Amino acid sequence: MTTVEASPLVELRGITASYGPIDVLHGIDLAAPPGAVTALLGPNGAGKTTTLRVLAGLHPATAGDILLAGRRVNGARADDLARAGLCLVPEGRGVFPNLSVRENLRVATHAGHGLAQVEEVAYARFPKLGERRAQLAGTLSGGEQQMLALARAVATDPGVLLLDELSMGLAPIVVGELYEQVARIAAGGVAVVVVEQFARIALRVADRATVLVGGRVAAEGTPGELEGSLADVYLGGNR
Amino acid sequence: MDQFLIATITGLSTAGIFAIAASGLVLTYTTTGIFNFAHGAVGMLAAFSYWQLLDWGLPTGVAVAVVLLVLGPLFGLLVEAVVMRGLFDAPETSRLVVSVALLAAALGLGVWLWPVDESRPLDFWFEDNFLGILGVRVRWHEAIAFILAVVVAIGLRVLLRSTRAGVTMRAVVDDRGLASLNGARPGRSAALAWALGCSLAALAGILLAPAQALSQQTLTLLIVNAYAAAMLGRLRNLPMTFLGAAVLGLLDSYGFFYLPTDGRFGPYLSTFRFAIPVVVLFIVLIALPSARLRTNAARRRLAAPRPTWFTAGFQAAAVVGGAVVLAIGLSDADALRAAKAVGFALIALSLVPLVGWAGQLCLCQMSFAAIGAVCMGHLGQGGNPWALLAGALIAAVVGVLVALPAARLTGIELALATAAFAVILDRWIFAMPDIHLWGMTLSTFNRNPVPVDRLSLPFAGTLTTKGLLVALAVAFALLHLLVVAVRRSRAGDLLLALRESPAACATLGIDPAGTRLAVFAFSAALAAVGGGLYAGTLGSISPSSFDLFQTLPLLLLTVAGGVAASGGAIFAGVVLGLIPVVGATFAGIAGLLGILPGTMGATLGRNPDGVSTQLAERLAPLRSKPAVLAVVVVVDVALALAWANDVLGGWEASIAAFLLPFLAARGVNATRAPRTARLADPLDGLEDRRLGPADVSAIDEALALAEVTR
Ligand SMILES: Nc1ncnc2c1ncn2[C@@H]1O[C@H](COP(=O)(O)OP(=O)(O)OP(=O)(O)O)[C@@H](O)[C@H]1O
Ligand SMILES: [Mg+2]
Repeated sequence: MTTVEASPLVELRGITASYGPIDVLHGIDLAAPPGAVTALLGPNGAGKTTTLRVLAGLHPATAGDILLAGRRVNGARADDLARAGLCLVPEGRGVFPNLSVRENLRVATHAGHGLAQVEEVAYARFPKLGERRAQLAGTLSGGEQQMLALARAVATDPGVLLLDELSMGLAPIVVGELYEQVARIAAGGVAVVVVEQFARIALRVADRATVLVGGRVAAEGTPGELEGSLADVYLGGNR
Repeated sequence: MDQFLIATITGLSTAGIFAIAASGLVLTYTTTGIFNFAHGAVGMLAAFSYWQLLDWGLPTGVAVAVVLLVLGPLFGLLVEAVVMRGLFDAPETSRLVVSVALLAAALGLGVWLWPVDESRPLDFWFEDNFLGILGVRVRWHEAIAFILAVVVAIGLRVLLRSTRAGVTMRAVVDDRGLASLNGARPGRSAALAWALGCSLAALAGILLAPAQALSQQTLTLLIVNAYAAAMLGRLRNLPMTFLGAAVLGLLDSYGFFYLPTDGRFGPYLSTFRFAIPVVVLFIVLIALPSARLRTNAARRRLAAPRPTWFTAGFQAAAVVGGAVVLAIGLSDADALRAAKAVGFALIALSLVPLVGWAGQLCLCQMSFAAIGAVCMGHLGQGGNPWALLAGALIAAVVGVLVALPAARLTGIELALATAAFAVILDRWIFAMPDIHLWGMTLSTFNRNPVPVDRLSLPFAGTLTTKGLLVALAVAFALLHLLVVAVRRSRAGDLLLALRESPAACATLGIDPAGTRLAVFAFSAALAAVGGGLYAGTLGSISPSSFDLFQTLPLLLLTVAGGVAASGGAIFAGVVLGLIPVVGATFAGIAGLLGILPGTMGATLGRNPDGVSTQLAERLAPLRSKPAVLAVVVVVDVALALAWANDVLGGWEASIAAFLLPFLAARGVNATRAPRTARLADPLDGLEDRRLGPADVSAIDEALALAEVTR
């Protein structure tokens, strides 16, 4: 585990957000420096997914600042942010099921790289995808679909990578493989934010972690610092 | 042999045009997730515009270019921006109705811009030049059509599979949010898809037009034929679509050359040619596995109010009272118009359980009505009301016969299958002479208008025109109460469950197929009763009073009015009744009124619950103040009497009588003391209240539907 001292590439300051009349985020602060993995932890319904959606421009913040590379980007559209190098792999379904693997990667070329390059990077990281490039993504196994989602994220060479529950529904060995890739991506200078239910998995690769409970930050620190207090604030982990 | 060769080559060139039309449809569907019912109508508009440009003296090449490269794409962009945008998360029924509305609006526009009573000949391209293929003379026009079809096929294949723009369009249909996360611009993709789709429809339209007399309905229907080809390709497989187009083109041509026009079967088969494509469509729909794309899930829900007996009774009384007042005040001719409007409303009422509650988009309602009308004509001599019952029974059986093969179909496929059924009846069955089988005679129209006697009731005898108006209103009121009774029974809840999630129905032990058969039978019977009564106001009926193009405005207006309650039917009747009146008063906009049903339906994207549902909501406060309600009723009756006695003009009185209840309701609302908010059990007091998403989720939870309906 490395300690990284760099100014954050993406940052949330005092973010609040709501669904209709119901407030779900009550002032979130979060900072993700480049070259590091930041874990966002918390029980079900804590607001983790919402936080990532706000970051990616899919959901409006009602107050607070969203900063990307030091610039305020509140209200920017999701596609603009994506082309600017911010990449979210959403919860559960990060692929287009009716498109082939190759076509999924072709959609990723909107972020600026050509198809040849995207394919090269993706297949190099995940050789299995190369074998299945003509298969419909919807017919891939769950693990393969997550690989594809991750591959399209990586291949676009993003500056910020947001991963929501990469491990959902997958066997531990596959999760291990995926997180190895995540650590390697971060090592390449990307600011990675991972959301996980299960703290243990995420803390293994994370450099820092933020714990959300009920739409508020309950704790923040390095995995070592959180280790002791985690059980108090957060009952969802299987530790 | 020679004839066979000619038929084959002719068929293949028609196939080329069908293929172009069908591939445009496939393109729009795969790239927007919307099945464009208006595709044919867009082609029709393009053909007329093309004729217009030539008529203004433009050279052929320029006219073609203007239509294909400017007008077609512009129309597509307009449709996308004005009508389709924002529909991506609407319920499937709304999406379909909007596209049907576009069809109706385009047809109305076509008839308005190019009145039907004028002939508009169009030349083939390279008029007098023929090409010898295997010794058969083929027009250059037809050869070009075939080559263009191949070019379009290859072009589309490349676009959709190998270009980023094409792949992105498909990605947006798959998952719009994820597409933006990839940096794609969904709005731009949709605009491009509509522009291209309309341009292809335009190409098919101008290729098809010279071989046909330039007629709005014929051209629109001809391109509907292409729907069969597209369905054979299951709406996304282009090679299969082309195969389908070839089969259709050949069948059409063989039908023309080989179907007997005389002899024993001639009269029965000669009109079959026009029905071939829809028969193929019907068979393809019921024989092939479902073609629907998994598209962005609907997030908006539709309302389905459950009226109290008080409200229902009040509405029934208001309808009868209104009719009595009209009968007193109107001239005989106007009373007959009003009676026709009530007849329309009666047929529209049959849409409420079927479309409004069960969510089954059915496009053959007028055909069911026709069955009732024919029964009234043949069996109801002397105005015998029992003929209505006979019509209802026969229509119920036919309804089941339609619903049986269509048991598995939903959404687009059901709409297409019922439209196909309607066209089979219009173009073939109703165009046949009497059928003599085993000593029985089966008679529909026998190629002639059928006279229908005016209703005659016990004690009252044969009705006067005004008596007919009141009788129809009473019939409407009674059937309205019947419909309300069904809504309030368990059957009503079953139908709503069917609309929300057939899969969940099955897991709850409800038989979706049986429920569907029942609602089809019920609705068909209602439509037949309505049709029989409506026929009585016409005096004599012909197939065209009940064809597919009559179902469209009826459906659209009912949906725009709010198809989940009888108010929608009343709305449809009132608007259809007022169109000729307004047209006569303001002659300048008479043509424009034909577009009205379509444009009303198209606004549905913004307001899927319909007008009457909203109006009812506005009026709701009155129920808590019976005294105010009574005053409103008394004043309205006074206004009506004032008009009937020529104290007040018709327009002034109607407007005042219409506005008064709303003003009173606002007044009641304003004076009411603000109550402290109370969190009620969501399942309590649902009566007469519009369901919000929270209510629906609560109900889902109570029914354990939550998991499945997400
Ligand atoms: N579309 C929505 N409409 C209304 N409420 C929503 C919506 N999405 C989420 N919520 C609510 O917002 C809160 C936070 O949800 P969010 O999805 O951000 O939680 P989460 O931390 O990602 O949970 P999980 O670990 O289960 O994925 C929850 O209480 C949830 O019910
Ligand atoms: Mg989540």
